[in-house]
Amino acid sequence: MRNVWNIAKRELRSYFESPLAYIFAIIFVALTGAFTFKIGNFFERGQADLQPFFTYHTWLYLLLVPAIAMRLWAEERKSGTIELLMTLPVNTWEAILGKYLAAWAFLGVALALTFPMWITVNYLGDPDNGVILASYIGSFLMAGAFLSIGSCISALTKNQVIAFIVSSTLCFLLVMSGAELVLNLFRGWAPAFLVHAISSLSFLNHFDQISKGVIGLSTLIFYASVIGFFLFANLIVVEQRKAA
Amino acid sequence: MGVLVEADRLRKTFGSITAVDEISLTVSRGEVLGFLGPNGAGKSTTMKMLTGFLEPDGGSARICGIAMAERPKDAKSCIGYLPEGAPAYGEMTPRSFLGFVAEMRGYSGDSRGARVHAAIMRTGLQDVIDQRIETLSKGFKRRVGIAQAILHDPPVLIMDEPTDGLDPNQKHHVRHLIAEMSRDKAIIVSTHILEEVEAVCTRAVIIDKGRIVADGTADDLQRRLDYHNSVAIRVDEAVTSDVVAALEGFTNVQRIDRRAVGEGQVLLHAIAREGTAIAGEVTARLSERRIAIHEVYVERGKLDDVFRQITSQEGRGTHA
Repeated sequence: MRNVWNIAKRELRSYFESPLAYIFAIIFVALTGAFTFKIGNFFERGQADLQPFFTYHTWLYLLLVPAIAMRLWAEERKSGTIELLMTLPVNTWEAILGKYLAAWAFLGVALALTFPMWITVNYLGDPDNGVILASYIGSFLMAGAFLSIGSCISALTKNQVIAFIVSSTLCFLLVMSGAELVLNLFRGWAPAFLVHAISSLSFLNHFDQISKGVIGLSTLIFYASVIGFFLFANLIVVEQRKAA
Repeated sequence: MGVLVEADRLRKTFGSITAVDEISLTVSRGEVLGFLGPNGAGKSTTMKMLTGFLEPDGGSARICGIAMAERPKDAKSCIGYLPEGAPAYGEMTPRSFLGFVAEMRGYSGDSRGARVHAAIMRTGLQDVIDQRIETLSKGFKRRVGIAQAILHDPPVLIMDEPTDGLDPNQKHHVRHLIAEMSRDKAIIVSTHILEEVEAVCTRAVIIDKGRIVADGTADDLQRRLDYHNSVAIRVDEAVTSDVVAALEGFTNVQRIDRRAVGEGQVLLHAIAREGTAIAGEVTARLSERRIAIHEVYVERGKLDDVFRQITSQEGRGTHA
């Protein structure tokens, strides 16, 4: 675990040594605010909750999380530092976990920086802070799931742009898999259990649950298994393709 | 323990290309092995397998007696490795980068600081320790790479082209560093600069198309040249026939090559039969006849020529 911690520490520090971290945090906070007030009709709704705020997280993550994830492995491979890292006395899983946790922690920091939103709604009214906390946790878990997908895809290529586009698309499909648009494609011919399985893959459905204040076991298992699956895939990809 | 690096029939294929084809070698403490070969011969791939970055498709590597395939972490702890091009995290400074490597090597607190400091002093990085690595010159970047490789004072040091792209002063510094450390380490240095082998290596292995085609000291390799130990004699063209006559009957001289060098002079090469030492006899015969000589010297043979001779003989299977 020491190695995981050391790698995570180095990664996290390098975020803040480049403008990336600041640009990302500013844009994230600004966009969540803009969406909430302009598109989400925060004031017009006349309700003391953060529903409009969290609704747009999914769509922001779709764009912003792959932007953080794309460099995780693609950059290591491109610059050759992967050779340096993997010839240190470290296991591949330690490197993957360290880098992943650093990126996730960074996303957590960006998410935490939206706290003025929470203060605002508490100032204006009397919201259910339990629901808000659950929503924050749900949002953080979703970011983690997107990140694991992005990390895995990033290990497949040296090209960060490709990593970005592919993981954005993949995340989009997973988000949309609960939507009627996608499900109707399957309804005509696929057995009901398959349709149900596809819809249960949807990030949106699980996130909706959480933002109502319900952190169900199934939701936790869902996110944990998505993250576990993609990090495991990440491990295989790194081991197989590190030389290519 | 004498032998620190053992490669046993290492093999690596990429698709249909066999990059490394059953390479076996050992390096002992105190040895500096020069790993030579044309570009694409498999030098880097072999080093990547020795350092545990790539898993071999066949064969095995042992570092300090530890099998890389079985206990990779322990084996990697014994190695300092400079990958090709000396990659480093560009946004870090040498100080923070070396600090990270020290932590990964298991140092913390005071010992971490001491290790980083020692590596910085040894590689002469004092003036740039707080600059971002991506802003450093090529020479300094290379030194950062060397510093991270020697930081934990490893018994085995593997360096992929440590002097590539450096200016002569920097090259000299790196070679000096290697020579300094060679006493208690097993060192492998890949290069395609042959003078480097003569300057720092106790032994040279030449590989071509993934196979070892020569293994020996620089002297051994030079002996493979047909003009090894030949005597070059520069004289006026007019006395050429006198020289030929003087050497007639000396059976150790296989033949005499001649080449005009301008100003009415020629350079005669008395080629030794099977590389035997003929210089004494040749000069004795020449002075006996009082032939006026401008210059006379023994050809040791250039490693460049050895290299070219060996690596361009396709399919002759000159295994050593």
